[in-house]
This record gives sequence, structure tokens and C-alpha cells, in this order.
Amino acid sequence: MSSNARASFGLIARLEVHESLRSRWFHFYALVLVGLMLLLILTGVSESRVMGFTGLSRLLVTYIQITMAVLPLFIIVATARSMVGDREAGNLEYMLAFPVSLATWFWGRFLARLMLILAPVLLALGIAAVFGLMKGHEIPWRHVGLYSGLTAALATCFLGLGFLLSSVSRSTEVALGASLMIWLVLVALLDLLLLSVLIKAQFVPEFVIGIALANPLQSFRTASMILFDPQLILLGPASYVILDLFGVTGYVVWALIYPTALGLVFAALGYWRFSRSDLV
Amino acid sequence: MGMIAIDGLTKRFERRAVLDELTLSLAAGDRVALIGSNGAGKTTLFRCLLGQYRFQGTVGFDGPGNGRRRDTATLARIAFVPQLPPPLRMPVGELLKFAVNGTGADRACMDDIAAKMGIDLAEIRRRPFYRLSGGQKQKILVTIALARQAELMIFDEPAANLDPAARAVFIDLLAERKDASMLIASHRLEEVASLVNRVIELDRGKVVLDDSVVDRLKAGVFRNCRIGLAEPHPTFITALTDWGFASDNGTMYAGRIPAGDTLRFLGLLSRYASLVEHLSLDTGEV
Repeated sequence: MSSNARASFGLIARLEVHESLRSRWFHFYALVLVGLMLLLILTGVSESRVMGFTGLSRLLVTYIQITMAVLPLFIIVATARSMVGDREAGNLEYMLAFPVSLATWFWGRFLARLMLILAPVLLALGIAAVFGLMKGHEIPWRHVGLYSGLTAALATCFLGLGFLLSSVSRSTEVALGASLMIWLVLVALLDLLLLSVLIKAQFVPEFVIGIALANPLQSFRTASMILFDPQLILLGPASYVILDLFGVTGYVVWALIYPTALGLVFAALGYWRFSRSDLV
Repeated sequence: MGMIAIDGLTKRFERRAVLDELTLSLAAGDRVALIGSNGAGKTTLFRCLLGQYRFQGTVGFDGPGNGRRRDTATLARIAFVPQLPPPLRMPVGELLKFAVNGTGADRACMDDIAAKMGIDLAEIRRRPFYRLSGGQKQKILVTIALARQAELMIFDEPAANLDPAARAVFIDLLAERKDASMLIASHRLEEVASLVNRVIELDRGKVVLDDSVVDRLKAGVFRNCRIGLAEPHPTFITALTDWGFASDNGTMYAGRIPAGDTLRFLGLLSRYASLVEHLSLDTGEV
């Protein structure tokens, strides 16, 4: 990358960071994610014991499960309307008249948003670690690191999906509707009950397991569980397939790489569509 | 800027051709008024030039098109002011900084231009751009465009939101930029007549008038003009005197205007139209 391109990239990334820091969605998002952690700390979750988990591990398990529900919804809804909203408002017409390449514009915004989205989660995990140190709990640093990685992978996945939806949609309403629909479908397929119904309805078990593996929400959820429950007792019979197929380490690696790759593919498709259609 | 060659430019929206096989060339130094009714294709043409639309045909800067729809090197040479100011949420200061860092626009020059247009940039630099009035937004966009060392300036209805005083200053500022080519879209020719040397009218995506004023009104040719004023108006009289007009009785003025400046002169007259009681313009060569 030439120095000019690097400077342009930095310019667009800074612009996006400032723009997001001013926006209400980000304030609310950060408040929810950091507030949830503070709430869990204040309600004494770390002192309770469920399924053998206690201390900081218990706190992190609870937090990460809630994060899984909140994070993708925030990301996909806020991102899907970003570029299409700018297009509708006329912002793109003006900003893209400046000498900035489309790749710089698109990927600069993508990277800036990714950093911003992760910041509140990492802050919350940092708060949990500080809290654990103060209470004298043992800090599961490996798990904190892996949770951060899993969150980054999930964020990349939904950010890429959001950019794709924003690129292909011709109106904010369509982008919002599509993003909510996709999130609902993924959440519905997350439900082990639904998967059980599919099995009961005599769908091939491999197909049902395939759905679970392909669902980035489920891969995040399973990987976050596997860290504290290596036998996947919480997951039930599906765990046999997962453990036979991947093993614990293999599955965590899968849950880190697959959503990241999926998100980058979505974003690349979004860029391809963006750069080959009318920009305004 | 060198020549812009537009060849067979067609842009369709749902099968309807908004630009229809448009072929046009702009020479360096051309100052073009692009006129036409709503939907004539003016904004669409600008968006094609800026690489924001896909289209059929070719648009080439400095020669044949390079096949790329949007070229950053070309965009670096073009300053653009849209018809409607975008509702950017960023503070004015950030927008100015972006323009300085992204295009090399001169920050001190921005202050000068804005001051002439009646805007104090230091005072509003923290205010979100979208919270400014329509006129303030337009003045800032014009300020950014004029502070750039652009070779081509594209203005889409630039004076639509400006008050008469700001409009006059804006026209003067544009007139000062003799180094740049200009493409100015306007519904009102009289507003930009004083600036341009060529008028192109679009209708339903086609060129229906391409009046190269300089070709017809050659250098060295003058026109005799007599103007009768309803009443002596000091500002108008000063302007006429600047054009070399003289009067015997204080209300009837006579002078000669270079033929190539006819549109610019008519632009001046349009500002004082209510004061003009008599007007004759001898089109014969003197």
C-alpha cells in the first residue's frame, strides 16, 4: 500500500470512528455491553454456583451468553442501514466526489467499525478481570483471551453481513427488514429445541448438525460452552458429533476461523456489489 | 484541465434514458452553463463525470477514457458542489479538515473565501454540519470547492440556497477563478451568464443547444449599447462606469461592450433589471 493510500485509509477510518462515536446507536450499544457486565458484577453472579461454575468463570459464562444475543443484533441493524442511509441522504454523492478510492472508503469504514464494536466488549472483559483480581478470584486468562477472539470473530461475521446488506439494499427499510429477518432465522436455528424438532421430523441428523455448524451464532455459543464444559454436557447428544468431528481445540479453532472468514467473504461480496453498481 | 470527451453517453433508469447518446467535448478553459428543465439530465451528467453512475459510452479526461468508471487521480482535479447539501453529522471543522487532508485544499484560503461569503468558520467549526441553515451549508461547500486547486469545477445549482448578497459574492468569486474550467448547472441562465463563455441546454438527455459564445462573438468585436435608467442608482452607475459607459444627462448611458463579454454584461443587467427603462444592443460589428 502506497503512502498516499495509507493516508487516505487512515483518513476514512478516522472519519468513521468519529462518526460512530457521535451516533446514538454506539452510545446505546456501549452502555448495554458495559452496563451488563457491571450489572452482573453488582448482582453477585460470580458468587453463585451453577453446574459447577463459580467465580469469574461463572461471570464470564453468563456475560458471553448474553453478548451472543445482543452483539449480532446491534451490529447487523446499525451497519445494514449505514451505507444505504448515506446514499439516500446524499452523503455518498458528496463524499465520493473527493479523490478517495472505493476500496479505501469501504474497507476503511469496515475496519474502523470493527474496532469500535469490539472496544466496549473488551472494556467489559477488562472490567471483569479487574473485578476478579480485586475479589481474589483466579483469572482464567486463557478463557478471557479466547472469549475476546470469539467475540471478534462473531463481530466480523455480522459486520460483513451488515455491509453486504447495506450494499445490496436500495432503501433503509429493506436493509433493516432483511437484517432483522436474517438475525431471527439464525436465532431460531440456534434453538436446540427447533433442531430437535427437525430430527424428530426425520431430517437427516447430519443435515441438522450441519445447520448448527454453519450458524455462526451456534458456533460461537458452542465454543464458549466448550471452554468451560469440555465434555459439552450442557449441549446433549449433539456434542458427540461435534467432539468426534473436531475435538475441543479443533472446534474452538473452527469457531474462531469460520465466522471471521464468513464475515470477510460477506464484506468482499458487499464491496464487489458496491463498486459495480450506481454509487448514489 | 485538458479536454473532456464524452462520447455516446447513455444512462438509463429502468429502461428510461435520462442521458441519451450524449456526445460532447469540453476544452480547457471552457466555462459552461448547463441549463435545462427538471429531469433534463444535468445532475445525471455530473454523476457520470464523477464516476458515481454506471453508464454506456465513454467519458475521457485528457484524451480517450481509460475504461475506469471512477479514477481518483481525475477526481483530485475536480471540485464539486451538489444541488442539495448533504446532511453530514460531522462538525464543520472536521469536514474542513477532511477536505484539507484529502484534497490539499488551502485552509487559510478557506477562511478568506468564507469571510467574503459572510461565514465565520472559527465560530461554527464545532457545530454539526447538518444543523446549519441551507444557505450556510451551501456557502461552506462552495468555500471548500473554491479553496481547492481544482482544474474543473462542477456546480449543481450552486446558488439555489444563497441570499442575493451571497449570490453576488459567489458569482464574483467564481469570476476570479480564471484558471479553472467550470460546469455550472442552473435553471436560470441570467444568474450565471456573467461567468460563462458557452451555454449548453439539455432536454430529455440530449443536447438541444450548444452555444459557443466565443466562436460567434469573436475577440475584437464590440457592440454598441444604450441604457436608459428609471432613476440614477449609484451602484448601478458605478458598475456601468466600470464597463466604460458614459452619460450626458445622468439617466441615459452609452458604451461599447466586447462581444465575447455579452453574457457577462447581460448578467450584470439582470441584477438591476427593475432600473432599466430602455435598452438597445446593436449586434452589428463596429
